[in-house]
Amino acid sequence: MFTHILRRLVQAIIVLLIVTMLVFLIVRLLPSDPIVLYLSQTEVNVMNDEQLDALRHEFGLDKSLPAQYVEWFGNILHGDFGRSILKRIPITHDIFARLPITFHLGILAFILSFVVGIPVGVISAVRRGRWQDTIATFLANIGITIPSFWLAIILVYIFALKLDWLPVQGYTSPVTDFWLNTRQIILPVFCMCIFPVASSARQTRSAMLEVMHQDYVRTAWSKGITEQVVIFKHALKNALIPVITLKGMSFSMLIGGSVIIETVFNIPGMGRLAVTSVVNQDYAYVQGIALIVAFVVVMGNLATDIIISWLDPRIRYA
Amino acid sequence: MLTLNSAAAVPARVSETRRFFKVFFSRGFVVFGMVIILGFIILAIISPYITPYDPDVPDLAARLSNPSAAHWLGTDTIGRDTLSRIMVGSRTSLVIGLGAVTLAAILGMGLGLMAAYFGGWVYTVIMRFVDALMAFPMILLALMMVALMGSSIINVIIALAVGGLAGYARLMAAQVLSIKENDYVLAARSLGSGNFRVMLRHVFPNTVPALIVLITMALGGTILAEAGLSFLGLGIQEPTAAWGGMVNTGRQYLLSYPILSIAPGGAIMLVVFAFNMVGDGLRDALDPRLRGIL
Repeated sequence: MFTHILRRLVQAIIVLLIVTMLVFLIVRLLPSDPIVLYLSQTEVNVMNDEQLDALRHEFGLDKSLPAQYVEWFGNILHGDFGRSILKRIPITHDIFARLPITFHLGILAFILSFVVGIPVGVISAVRRGRWQDTIATFLANIGITIPSFWLAIILVYIFALKLDWLPVQGYTSPVTDFWLNTRQIILPVFCMCIFPVASSARQTRSAMLEVMHQDYVRTAWSKGITEQVVIFKHALKNALIPVITLKGMSFSMLIGGSVIIETVFNIPGMGRLAVTSVVNQDYAYVQGIALIVAFVVVMGNLATDIIISWLDPRIRYA
Repeated sequence: MLTLNSAAAVPARVSETRRFFKVFFSRGFVVFGMVIILGFIILAIISPYITPYDPDVPDLAARLSNPSAAHWLGTDTIGRDTLSRIMVGSRTSLVIGLGAVTLAAILGMGLGLMAAYFGGWVYTVIMRFVDALMAFPMILLALMMVALMGSSIINVIIALAVGGLAGYARLMAAQVLSIKENDYVLAARSLGSGNFRVMLRHVFPNTVPALIVLITMALGGTILAEAGLSFLGLGIQEPTAAWGGMVNTGRQYLLSYPILSIAPGGAIMLVVFAFNMVGDGLRDALDPRLRGIL
């Protein structure tokens, strides 16, 4: 198991190295002059060639690409993600200040996808073909389909504008005002968790149906063990392995979802920062956010791998 | 013995096709999905000729209205007919969805095939690159690329294709690696078939069911991602009608004219739902073993 984890760790580090190269190159491989990306077009127009060259030198753009990459990467290892073109400030602090907000919403949605999605999937597999299954499957199919921004708008219309039960938008720190924070995050977390809850339910259902046909489950039934023990101890324990693997991949979906949901609900997290930076063409932010998101996703996958190899002896001893 | 075997094989083939249709059409939702998809494609083709109003021409006298006999789904801020714009918006969704999925499938399958075929360090390099691509959420990757390249139809297609190609590469590599181990591949090799022939005749055809299912589901996912992009204002730009962009424009008038947002969102939902249902139906009919993988 130790060598398995070590191998995965090395693999994750290699993937992260490729990620940094992609993020670095995606901005550099463009036909346009990178200095234009770091300044605004109007600033470039009023400057003469010497001034531009001086700036290129200041930003290190007169060096070779590999040298630039090494310098950029070295700065990131020191926790320096660069400077914003628009705000003229180092961006590291700004990004890390917004990270907890995105995590707050994301983790709640992630937990809900387990505590709601998996039981719904189990019920629907155990009561296959009955009304519980029909309703659960229908709702899960809606859940993996519904555009989150559309759901958000409908819920805002009903619960905020018409019924006036919940605020339309905004985010207050739970430390400042826990009750207001709770009211503010109900709708965004609900919209964010719909897809993961529905896909967990679907995956659990099909994994359970698969497992329920296995010989050892039939043996368990024939031994006269109660339904509860057969379902939870014999079936679910094995069915969860593929579900957890897929959950690990859903980190990236959750963060992707936060891009849209934070924009709809005007939540000052990383997702909205990504959209505003892209709109403002503030590439230092775009690069910084892309790196952090990719880091979180790769670490999430690594953690899932370790959990799976701990749960599944076939992988542990392979 | 030989005749017995081949005689038994013939009816089995026929019933396999029949079984496919029987399983595929057995569920109401799959049939519903097929009808919606066909309607969607037909609408995308003929919509410019059948819209009740010109979808791009403003009519300031009729600006911002709720549904009426003249405008079934109301009009937007500059008086364009919502129903006409939804009808024409189907073209944006279909062109981008099909374009991005085709491009992603070609690139992804190529990478996956190469990785599994050559193995060794080629496999490692390609698969780590694919892992790195998968570390970015599709919408974020598309957002970055569109921001850098500009938001023309071609660029949106390229951005969504790059966001989606990793899935095909992984599936293709995994499928080829497992199929390669089968006895019939060994048999073909021992009969003297070369690498290329084995790949083309014996390995690739067996990956097709999984690919068909993945492509169908990816069409829904890509249409959803395109809607997300245009909702954020970074997809296809006005005046071209795009469903996601329409939902966003309507958002400012939600209290008085909710239909402006709700109607185009409903169209997205219906089409994506149809592709998901048909994808499910295809998976169960083509190869039930793909459950849990796709």
